Amino acid sequence: MNTPTATAADPAAYVRFTNLTKKFGDFAAVDNVSLDIRRGEIFCLLGGSGSGKTTLLRMLAGFETPTAGTIEIDGADMSKIPPYERPVNMMFQSYALFPHMNVEKNVAFGLEQEGLSRAEVSRKVGEILEIVKMGGFGARKPHQLSGGQRQRVALARALVKRPKLLLLDEPLAALDKKLREYTQFELINIQQRLGVTFVVVTHDQEEAMTLGTRLGVMNHGRIVQVGSPSDIYESPSNRFVADFIGSVNLFEGQVSQEGSEGVRVSCAELGATVRVDRAVSCTTGATVWTAIRPEKIAISRRQPAATAASGENVVRGTVREIAYMGDLSIYLVQIESGKVMRVTLPNTTRGGERPIARAEKVWLSWHGSSPVVLTE
Amino acid sequence: MRFSQAGGRRLVAAVPTVWLLLLFLIPFLIVFRISFSEVRLAIPPYTPLITWHHGSPALEVHWSAYKFLFTDSLYVSSYLYSLKVAAVSMLCCLLIGYPMAYAIARSAPASRSVLLMLIVLPFWTSFLLRVYAWIGLLQNNGVINNVLLSLHVIEHPLALLQTDFAVYIGIVYSYLPFMILPLYANLEKHDPALLEAAADLGARPLTAFLRITLPQSLPGILAGSLLVFIPAVGEYVIPTLLGRTDQLMIGRVLSDEFFENRDWPVASAVAILILLLLVIPIMLFQRAQRRELEATT
Repeated sequence: MNTPTATAADPAAYVRFTNLTKKFGDFAAVDNVSLDIRRGEIFCLLGGSGSGKTTLLRMLAGFETPTAGTIEIDGADMSKIPPYERPVNMMFQSYALFPHMNVEKNVAFGLEQEGLSRAEVSRKVGEILEIVKMGGFGARKPHQLSGGQRQRVALARALVKRPKLLLLDEPLAALDKKLREYTQFELINIQQRLGVTFVVVTHDQEEAMTLGTRLGVMNHGRIVQVGSPSDIYESPSNRFVADFIGSVNLFEGQVSQEGSEGVRVSCAELGATVRVDRAVSCTTGATVWTAIRPEKIAISRRQPAATAASGENVVRGTVREIAYMGDLSIYLVQIESGKVMRVTLPNTTRGGERPIARAEKVWLSWHGSSPVVLTE
Repeated sequence: MRFSQAGGRRLVAAVPTVWLLLLFLIPFLIVFRISFSEVRLAIPPYTPLITWHHGSPALEVHWSAYKFLFTDSLYVSSYLYSLKVAAVSMLCCLLIGYPMAYAIARSAPASRSVLLMLIVLPFWTSFLLRVYAWIGLLQNNGVINNVLLSLHVIEHPLALLQTDFAVYIGIVYSYLPFMILPLYANLEKHDPALLEAAADLGARPLTAFLRITLPQSLPGILAGSLLVFIPAVGEYVIPTLLGRTDQLMIGRVLSDEFFENRDWPVASAVAILILLLLVIPIMLFQRAQRRELEATT
């Protein structure tokens, strides 16, 4: 995954990072990243703080100079191109609206640098303000706007030059939850209407999941996995990704049987054998980790009949905590080995049968397609 | 004893109010009143405001001091000269101070306090001493002329002292920190992301400076300029020690009227007119400060 694969050319690549490294002193903020971003997609760089995602974005915009490696946009090397000549526009996390200019002037700023006529500028400004639904606000100063309105102006200002590539640094971080959800869909809508390639930096996995065509998960300056949201959620390539995206129950174990129809992993931590109905490239006896998503685990008072014969993919435990979230409930179940497993159940019925209560003894079971075997 | 909160607040506000009343407003009123009297050989050396005729008081207001200011061209030319010197010095301070303030604001946070300290450092030496030092540098057999002569750059000593040039040097040198400090306070608050945004939108560094940094630093420019301009108009020490003898600045004229001519009414009238001249810049200064405060909150 981390080995440079620059030669494995993606014909649709619009942005290409090749062996890109950025060091601040001895610290490698971005460490040998090779990555292709395709034309017209929304690519989300997802990672915790200090993972290097913002540095990567700032190098793309031209605000940071790479220590090593190259950046190409549409086939053109960007290393000698200053930010003001790059075919890229950026929406800043702080929005960076010019406080002494009104909304119209802010949005017009980029067009004025191109030397367009005044009529042309005001036509384009009017157009883009309509698109972001800020038509009536042209005369307002940034401090007279709400957070959501500022976000729209920042977006309009970045889009008005019709860049081929728009960089968005935590575009929704400053908005409250409801507005964030609404704006996510607005962003996707605008992106599709204008056909711009978006590169979004975010630490919010939910945001990355909804927005992104593809995600790149970053950790310690490296890209750990690239894929569609469902790829990353359902088939994480390693423990970091499995744990970072959503929540997961991870158990260390040894491969006890391996074949084309699947593998069996005996997990001492789990006190049971996990059967995985999928071929995994590993050798018998190797140490691996099994990852099971909380929503893929069933909880019941009696032992499920399907598991009675084999005794695989099932454990007993005691309910320690229940968190009622409205749409779903989270159960923390202490299994016999002492570890605590996390199980989520949708609250599909209102009232209904007597729900499982705290301190009840339960059986946890899952289907053979649910666990993922991770080798690193 | 405990104060109520409102009482405490009033007490805090009362201290500066009393201070201003005793040390500014009352002296001002005294000067104002003297400017409307005439000279006489007595103690005090001016006519009283109220005279008594047959037991009834009569108000005696004289405009002669003010009229005199406009009949003798010395006064008008001194006022204009002072305004010119103050304005040129202010511009020089701005041109020298802006890049310095900008450089300090952009330097690494650790070195900022050292650089600011260096700006303030000259205040540790007496102002008078520092101006005297310039005499030693500028006079005919002073450091500058001696160096130039020994290097054979010039044949005869340059007349540097007692020129407009010397006054500008003195004022710019002495007042530069008053330009730099408010400019720094302003520039230091600028969000670097704004310049990045400007570059991102296609603005070259110079355009970004002219359209983003400069407009936003206007309150700082105004504050610094007025902090230099206002005291420079009434400057007394620098032009007296370094300046021309054929053209006086108004501060010197005022002092001469008091101490040489003993004409208190004319001296007071000169003082009142300086104040009137400075009311507009002082009001501008206060407005700039208010704006600056609003911008930070």
